[in-house]
Amino acid sequence: MSRPRTLLLAALALCAAGSVFSGSINPYYHDILIMIGINILLAASLNLIIGHTGQFSLGHAGFMAVGAYSSAWITIAWGASAGWLAYLSALFAGGVAAAAAGLAVGVPSLRLRGDYLAIVTLGFGEIIKGVIQNAEPLGAQRGLGGMAQHTNFFWTFACVALAIYGITTLVHSTYGSGFLAVRDDEIAAEAMGINTTKYKVLAFVIGAFVAGIAGGLYAHFKQFIHPEGFSFLRSVDIVVMVILGGMGSTAGVCLAAVVLTVLPEFLRSVSDYPWLPAPVRELAENRMILYSILIVVLMLTRPQGLFGKLDFGRKKP
Amino acid sequence: MNILELKRVTMQFGGLKCVSDLTLRVDANELVGLIGPNGAGKTTVFNLVTGVYRPSSGTIRFLGRNVAGRRPYQITGRGIARTFQNIRLFGSLSVFDNVRTACNMHLRHGISHALLRGRGFRAEEEEIRATVMGFLEVFELADLRGRPANSLAYGDQRRLEIVRALATRPKLLLLDEPAAGMNPSEKDRLMTLIRLTKEKFHLAILLVEHDMRVVMGICERIVVLDYGTKIAEGPPDEIRRDPRVIAAYLGEEAA
Ligand SMILES: Nc1ncnc2c1ncn2[C@@H]1O[C@H](COP(=O)(O)OP(=O)(O)O)[C@@H](O)[C@H]1O
Ligand SMILES: [Mg+2]
Repeated sequence: MSRPRTLLLAALALCAAGSVFSGSINPYYHDILIMIGINILLAASLNLIIGHTGQFSLGHAGFMAVGAYSSAWITIAWGASAGWLAYLSALFAGGVAAAAAGLAVGVPSLRLRGDYLAIVTLGFGEIIKGVIQNAEPLGAQRGLGGMAQHTNFFWTFACVALAIYGITTLVHSTYGSGFLAVRDDEIAAEAMGINTTKYKVLAFVIGAFVAGIAGGLYAHFKQFIHPEGFSFLRSVDIVVMVILGGMGSTAGVCLAAVVLTVLPEFLRSVSDYPWLPAPVRELAENRMILYSILIVVLMLTRPQGLFGKLDFGRKKP
Repeated sequence: MNILELKRVTMQFGGLKCVSDLTLRVDANELVGLIGPNGAGKTTVFNLVTGVYRPSSGTIRFLGRNVAGRRPYQITGRGIARTFQNIRLFGSLSVFDNVRTACNMHLRHGISHALLRGRGFRAEEEEIRATVMGFLEVFELADLRGRPANSLAYGDQRRLEIVRALATRPKLLLLDEPAAGMNPSEKDRLMTLIRLTKEKFHLAILLVEHDMRVVMGICERIVVLDYGTKIAEGPPDEIRRDPRVIAAYLGEEAA
């Protein structure tokens, strides 16, 4: 048995062991823990698109929305009797629906790069949001609720373990070297016999699939989803995790997802300290301003990302 | 038997003909030089053959089949590999991974195998590792295998480009100014290497090079381009004395 698969099994066992204790954790911390898992999924999958394949995307929250709404719609339709098997099927279906959306975005954006691609993907995210806002069966502006809380510690982190394993093993394989080649030099990649079109679309499809799963987990954890929860700002949140973690470094991006999930919670408590000077408290309340400052400082001091080339195990050749 | 055949190929950008009415052939296991002053259209010929550009008119046949309209990766799949005049390595990838990407096109396994990491997958990855290391050793790059490609010295980068192209297992290799930026002793080593790889891998090679010592030293036949037109063709000794060739080059020096 190869080492990565052993590690995956160990991680899954750890999730199972953790889920035994997760019930006794303070609900507030439990909430943060689950959100950490969901954000890791989002950040790691966007990292495949941006960091590993070099295709800038600002529509990741759109893929998450597709997964969230599809899976929620399915479990609601199945009713209260739906067990965990139905839940898992719905998660998977949500992932597939998001992957289909990824295909729809990936194909037309093949001719675009850089800024143009960013604009198209941003537009895609807004379109998804707009469609949901006007879809009565999905609750439109009122949001969609009534899903059972199927998502728990185990399923969340089992998905995290599977996604990190999948993405890592893929980009380290000869098959997955196509992603990295496309990122570094498309013309050279084609000259090496790599079908760059295939790899760009594949990155979008896989990235969207994982984001869709994350959306499904989210929907069945919060038990209520609203189109505003999948806005452009949510996409930016995820992009910040990728940039902060160091594009293309899965481990760094996961760490950044942890930091940026905990940070707003920490800031919320900071903004409540009356003894802090008013500007500091205001800054703490405005996450986006803080992110901007964080990124500018980072670009100046550590352009390779907060955690640099940090990556999950890769054998030396 | 010829493996590459260009017939009356013309390439026009706007009103400008960069290659006009070019007829050219490369035989199996032959080393042909393609020379000419700067801007003569040599790199454009490479871009036409590898599918980066589509000819305005004329046909390009490789192993008897028309390549026009094929995507570059498909043409590489048929057995044409190239290097670039302005080096195009995968800069952030290691030397090893640069060569490994060239093995991507020959993979027997797909994405599901890469995810499941079964026995067959691991065996093939091990096979690729051995192949890549074999290539790196022939070109004296094995010690640098872990280094990012963009951290290499200029001459090493040029050699790595050749290795990477060879790893696609081509039948025809196009080299675009491989000696540029090399010092004389590096150039000597390069000449030996080109000769050696041609014999070892049974390749046909089309070589664009400015260094006349290199071109005259290893090419069996030379084609001279000037303003996109073929002005001479023949063995090195003939080309060296050809008045049109001398005029073309003198014209460049005078300019
Ligand atoms: N994509 C392009 N668009 C317009 N002109 C081009 C293009 N590619 C090459 N050229 C022109 O074709 C001519 C030949 O260029 P090139 O093939 O690079 O010459 P060489 O490699 O012989 O030095 C040059 O005048 C160059 O400006
Ligand atoms: Mg040139």
